Amino acid sequence: MDKAIRRDTSSAGWCLTRWAAVTETSPILALANVSKSFPGVRALHDVSFSLYPGEVTALIGENGAGKSTIVKILTGIYIPDGGEIRVNGETQHFSSPRDSWGAGIAAIHQETVMFDELSVAENIFMGHMPGGHLIDWRDTKAKARALLASIEADFDADAKLKTLSVAQKHMVEITRALSHNANVIIMDEPTASLSRHEIDELFRIVTQLKAEGRAIIFISHKFDEIFRLSDRFVCLRDGEKVGEGMTRDVSEPDLVRMMVGRPIDQVFPKRDIPLGATVLEIDGLSNATEFADVSLSLRKGEILGLYGLVGAGRSEAMQAVFGMSKPTAGRVTMNGQQLAIHEPIDAIHAGISYVPEDRQEQGAFLPLGIRENITMASLAGHVRNFLLSRPSEQSAARALGGRLSVKAAHWEQSLGELSGGNQQKVVIAKWLATKPKVIILDEPTKGIDVGSKAAVHDFIGELAEDGLAVILISSELPEIMGLSDRVIVMHEGRIAARFERGMGTGALAWSAEAIVAAATGAPVEERAA
Amino acid sequence: MMHDTPSTPSRYTVEDRAPRKLSSFLLRWESILVMMLAAVIIGNTLKSPYFLDPFNLADATYNFSEKAIMALVMALLILVREIDLSVAAILAVSSLAIGFMGDAGYGTIALVLTGLAVGTVCGAFNGFLVTRSGVPSIVITIGTMSLYRGITQVSLGDQALSTFPQSYLDLGQTYFIDWPPVPLSFFIFLLLACVFGVFLHKTAIGRQLFAIGANPVAARFSGIRVDRIRFALFTVSGLLAGLGAVLLTARIGVMRPNIGLGWELDIITMVILGGVAISGGVGTIGGVVLAVFVLGLSTFGLALMNVPGIVINVLLGLLLIISIAAPIVIRMITGKR
Repeated sequence: MDKAIRRDTSSAGWCLTRWAAVTETSPILALANVSKSFPGVRALHDVSFSLYPGEVTALIGENGAGKSTIVKILTGIYIPDGGEIRVNGETQHFSSPRDSWGAGIAAIHQETVMFDELSVAENIFMGHMPGGHLIDWRDTKAKARALLASIEADFDADAKLKTLSVAQKHMVEITRALSHNANVIIMDEPTASLSRHEIDELFRIVTQLKAEGRAIIFISHKFDEIFRLSDRFVCLRDGEKVGEGMTRDVSEPDLVRMMVGRPIDQVFPKRDIPLGATVLEIDGLSNATEFADVSLSLRKGEILGLYGLVGAGRSEAMQAVFGMSKPTAGRVTMNGQQLAIHEPIDAIHAGISYVPEDRQEQGAFLPLGIRENITMASLAGHVRNFLLSRPSEQSAARALGGRLSVKAAHWEQSLGELSGGNQQKVVIAKWLATKPKVIILDEPTKGIDVGSKAAVHDFIGELAEDGLAVILISSELPEIMGLSDRVIVMHEGRIAARFERGMGTGALAWSAEAIVAAATGAPVEERAA
Repeated sequence: MMHDTPSTPSRYTVEDRAPRKLSSFLLRWESILVMMLAAVIIGNTLKSPYFLDPFNLADATYNFSEKAIMALVMALLILVREIDLSVAAILAVSSLAIGFMGDAGYGTIALVLTGLAVGTVCGAFNGFLVTRSGVPSIVITIGTMSLYRGITQVSLGDQALSTFPQSYLDLGQTYFIDWPPVPLSFFIFLLLACVFGVFLHKTAIGRQLFAIGANPVAARFSGIRVDRIRFALFTVSGLLAGLGAVLLTARIGVMRPNIGLGWELDIITMVILGGVAISGGVGTIGGVVLAVFVLGLSTFGLALMNVPGIVINVLLGLLLIISIAAPIVIRMITGKR
């Protein structure tokens, strides 16, 4: 390997790359035969691809395919075991994130990692403040304002970061990359928690960055975004590159087949499940600021979709049902009996489970073992003579972990050692272990790839078939419409409209247009027109 | 029954337990502590003929048993990402109350109950403030540490209280079991260590402590009554500080405002050396018990060698830093990023 590097950087090789540069566009960044292994896992094997100026390259693949490993190698967090990274034709060795910044590579992360208490300007220039030993504040702010203006940001450099929305924080990160004059910008699921309008805004900026001749790596699970934004794609599966090319030459089924190695129905056909008696009734649930007068009922075997824009109050209302917060008014009735829910444990005892949106932050106990995670919400069932029974816990771990196809070496393995997708499975297993009658799933497919998504859709159908009543909170319309018997749309904390599968006309017809219109708050008359 | 039988068999084979490997066993923190303890015992035995004498060892346990009792609950607090810096001050307030009761001529049972009750009330007050205010416990207990210690100083000035019935003093000054000689404080420590060990590692609430330490938000979502458990732990911390006061006051026979000054740091040292992660969610009672012995016996051994107390502190500080740094250094050398 060492020899190969030397040969490549010899004068002849160097001349060749120079010569290539004048005849056609040469890549800004190239990965050549990059490999990376962790104990017991081959994360990347012999992956090569190139990024060209003025192009967006979509990096696609299922969870665990190796996308994050590539991002971490390019940003200097991991050192590859083999292969090399060339920036403008020159081999680079990144031993720290600083090296990677220096080479003009910047990453905008899924969950932005910045300093909430500092100003926008400080965040942009953190680590390279203008000025000598003392910071030149006037210069810092002026430069920050100029950069913000260049991407037409609508907030000031003096604003504290914590006052900004997620979308605005992304803009700060992009500005931060520009302040480094980064030529390669990695966007790791930047649209995950953005509204429709914010996504449009982000795409406008990406288009602008393209026009300036920067190369962009775009990671997303959403195919419409991939097709809308990217010029090229690189597809990974199990750490190997399984395809690349121009995005305009392929179709969505092509990409899906490449990613999972088999064709997949994106949304499973709606199962025909007979609906049982009413299980859960929510009547006039309100709190001071987030939601008002939320009423709904749910029947055994039913899947109720709860649709709305980010911030419509869906999660907040359902968390109040689950006892995470106290509503100011309203009643929750289960099988005709009014519930007094003060804490989540009361809801769990009543047979309600809530699988939170942020499964890692709100659901996972990373230092603990898989078995301990799975039984955590149902420990009372494993107590024999005041003590926990290990065999009983183990059989629960085997049954539920097995049912969800958790991939691990052993059930005592700590959750932090598993891949993100498997962590999610364990968290869901924890909720099934409480044997709920009603399960509330908050964005169950957010941030997961198409293969796992199909498995989750299938699984939701299975839950309903098993007699559970499911409330599905989702921002993905195809998912909501594909799975739900009924859809309730919330807008600014209130229920805006109710839809029934295959029923209704005009503004209340079972159609994507009507549902989206209700979510954006268009008045009914206008929608009907 | 859907929950118990997998509808489709898993694609993966997953073992019930980790494969047993000698290396992973030896790298466990408890194994390292056992080796440290063996080194302390062998070293001291070679250095001093007086070390392995049952009576000397029994007397050595006096010096750490009260702290060790308080360390048991401190371990649980640190495990759930909390800390109680006011334990030594609670001990002082409890001791003050015991002293006043002694002066007033009350009997042994009244003195013991007073100590325990005052400690419990102080601990519950900490728990109330922490769970109700949302302010981190390190801040709250720095405040109550000054408050409680201040109360003893204001009430007593440079006075001392030393009127106690003989049967009370006997609690701290005679052996509870005559052969092998076991003082009451050490006996209580061993007993409580077993209780805490079973509680933490075998009961449902014990398991929930790990969950709170690992991820407090997820713990709430999982139906764990996080605040109730926090409150209970602070209350028990006060109770055991009161117990410490009962034993310590009986042992030294006099109550001064500076009683137990600085003990909170010795106690936290025991817990940290015992392998309880300050970031929460990781730790065992076994580790804390071993750390108690490592610290207690090395202090005793050094004292036998006539090493001055201040120097002992320096050496123990070094021991703590080395023992914390060692695994990190080993990982840096052997492991990859």
